[in-house]
Amino acid sequence: MADHHAAPHEAHAEHKAGFWRTYWFSTDHKVIGIQYGITALAFLLFGFILMLLMRWQLASPGVEIPFLGALTPEMYNQFGAMHGTIMVFLGIVPLAVGAFGNYVVPLQIGAIDMAFPRLNMASYHFFFWGGVVMLASFFVPQGAAKAGWTSYPPLADIETMGQTMWLWGMVLLITSSLLGAINFITTIVQLRTEGMTYFRMPFFVWAQFVTAFLLLLAFPPLEAAGFLQLADRLLDTSFFLPSGLVTADGPLDVSGGGSPLLWQHLFWFLAHPEVYVLILPAMGIVAEVLANNTRKPLWGFRLMVYSLIFLGIMSFIVWAHHMFITGMGTAISAFFQVTTMIISIPSVIILSALIITLRGGSIRFTVPMLFALGFLPMFGIGGLTGLPLGLAPTDIPLHDTYYVIGHFHYVVAPGTILALFAGIYYWFPKMTGRTLNDTLGKVHFWGTIISMNCIFFPMLIQGLAGVSRRLFDGGLAYSFSEPVLEYNMFMSIAAAALFVFQVPFIVNLIMSLRKDRNVKKANYWDATTLDWSATPLTPVAHGNFETVPHVYRDPYEYSVPGSGVPFLSQDMAPQDDGPSEATIEVVA
Amino acid sequence: MQIPYEVTPRPDTGVNNAKLGIWLFLASEVMLFGGLFAAYVFLRMGADAWPGMETFDTHVMATRADQILSVPLATLNTVILIASSVTMVLSWAALKMNNFKQFRLQMGLTILLALGFLVVKAFEYGDKFSHGVAPETSNFLGIYFVLTGLHAVHVTGGILVNAYFWGPGAKMWTQGSVRAKAHFTNRIEVAGLYWHFVDLVWIFLFPMIYLI
Repeated sequence: MADHHAAPHEAHAEHKAGFWRTYWFSTDHKVIGIQYGITALAFLLFGFILMLLMRWQLASPGVEIPFLGALTPEMYNQFGAMHGTIMVFLGIVPLAVGAFGNYVVPLQIGAIDMAFPRLNMASYHFFFWGGVVMLASFFVPQGAAKAGWTSYPPLADIETMGQTMWLWGMVLLITSSLLGAINFITTIVQLRTEGMTYFRMPFFVWAQFVTAFLLLLAFPPLEAAGFLQLADRLLDTSFFLPSGLVTADGPLDVSGGGSPLLWQHLFWFLAHPEVYVLILPAMGIVAEVLANNTRKPLWGFRLMVYSLIFLGIMSFIVWAHHMFITGMGTAISAFFQVTTMIISIPSVIILSALIITLRGGSIRFTVPMLFALGFLPMFGIGGLTGLPLGLAPTDIPLHDTYYVIGHFHYVVAPGTILALFAGIYYWFPKMTGRTLNDTLGKVHFWGTIISMNCIFFPMLIQGLAGVSRRLFDGGLAYSFSEPVLEYNMFMSIAAAALFVFQVPFIVNLIMSLRKDRNVKKANYWDATTLDWSATPLTPVAHGNFETVPHVYRDPYEYSVPGSGVPFLSQDMAPQDDGPSEATIEVVA
Repeated sequence: MQIPYEVTPRPDTGVNNAKLGIWLFLASEVMLFGGLFAAYVFLRMGADAWPGMETFDTHVMATRADQILSVPLATLNTVILIASSVTMVLSWAALKMNNFKQFRLQMGLTILLALGFLVVKAFEYGDKFSHGVAPETSNFLGIYFVLTGLHAVHVTGGILVNAYFWGPGAKMWTQGSVRAKAHFTNRIEVAGLYWHFVDLVWIFLFPMIYLI
């Protein structure tokens, strides 16, 4: 194995750095990845608790919550807006991209670190302070943002101070994502080790690569929109305020002439690609876990990669399918319906390829594999329920109902979050050098997937019956939906059950501190990719590799016929693998 | 621990890390200003009144943009920024020719020109405010202030970076090895790419806001 880069293990001096330097201001991509992971998990838990409080109100309106008292409509609106913001921008994206991307991508491409380690540290700190600003907004007069995670004007323009905090928080989070995206793309393009051609990169790296482009190009327009909304709020401009707007306090004293629709266009120009930012890394994780646990290569690897790239490009021209009811015109609606139907094709290809990968595999039902398998049907339901929302005639009655909530939660919660759990169980031994308990993992899996379905499937039915989202109490509007409103109690109990079933997970994490949980071998899952095969025994030190690996083969060479070994690591030189003629014959 | 391709370009991609990084950053900047330009077009197309717009029924033309804003000052600023781009290139070229004194001079000029730009801008803003013209006056002025303000923030950022390279950052050259010198030259090139972008944004901003 050629050592073509400077010695990566000069790092030891750095290890003697103090506590702050090692754990807080670290430039090691692995430490930063873990920082992102812990912070994001904490935010996920916090966002989930906000939702539990809201579900209490939905199940038993007006009944006092122990220690908190009854929820007021203002609190409900704050919790709703902040639940969405926290889950998307502070929970899932940092976990999927910040944590797994940071930790795994450099390892999988054979790099000793990210291309810009200090920039990497800066992106974590921008993210962290963005989160702090968001949390602090709960304590300003009249509380946090109440205009939903979409922050639609004119409401968001005239709402209380929390909305300004939300915007500043978003500016910090966007800055963090931009720096991260620049770092990921540069790392993947520049620091691939010798022999690591683009098509030898694992699917996870490809997913992160495309995701980074989405973040890089889609986030700035939202930043622009954020600046405009800040100007509206702080400089009294009226970019998003139409003329003649009247509120409860009388006519607004602004010059007017602005357009609320402008915000929606700029917002969804980000927020649709953002959907793929949420789902692509999840697909990447699932692909890794499936290949590893079916002990065979991914079916149609190149097709999947091409689909991924196509998906990335298309995701920039579908945004207005979120806006069919805004009256933007049928011609525009028609265009966006067509692009939306087109973009569903590559998603279906990737999902199908993942399912076909299962065929003929000798499947190991490990805990990460269970979560990855759970992802497949859940994402399928999420995707299929999205089709009626992509077409204007069916979207119009469904818009802003619980059907929409059910749909995108199927994509993101039982979809992405299951995949993220798969990632945690899969890479935990690498990250910590400790193993997780299987039984607790299985309890966690079954509890999570069943209770998630009990929460989200009734939402689809409620939505079809016309129950509106975002309402503290629907009042008269609910009178038509009486029969399905009874589901609320069941769904809220399921949400509580989901909370309870996270306990085995947390216990599992804590129990792994026990000494007897040490990982005995570096390649814990018998995986082929460099993150497992080329790194020394876990956890990996700063600098990653003892000698920089050279890559000789495709990412998933499991059970190669005639090779005589169960799997061929990417860094295994060709002379190591038995009769090579046989291999070529079978592959051809 | 030494990150590969920090100074020398990677053979198969032909660039070093920082250069690729800055191009990606500029791509995101294009989207940022692109978003604001798109907002400008959107607001203008949907507006009931806009500078230079003829009313539908009476055919009376509203006050034109060049009557509200100062075209001579903006033209002066255009000249200043383009000149600063030229001195920026010269400062990089001076390093390539191993002439550190010349670098100091040209980089110093770049910084002074950029400061000059901000001074002119401050006079423009001050003139508006003294006449009671502010962002809230109309959406045209709102987008004018947001776009030029964001641009001015970018200019300020450029000044800070360039001042660092003129002053403390230049230690990398004066006390550094051959490799460090090459690294410093790359840094100036990257800072230059950013600076040309800031210049380019102005070249789009000027006609769009002041002239048409």
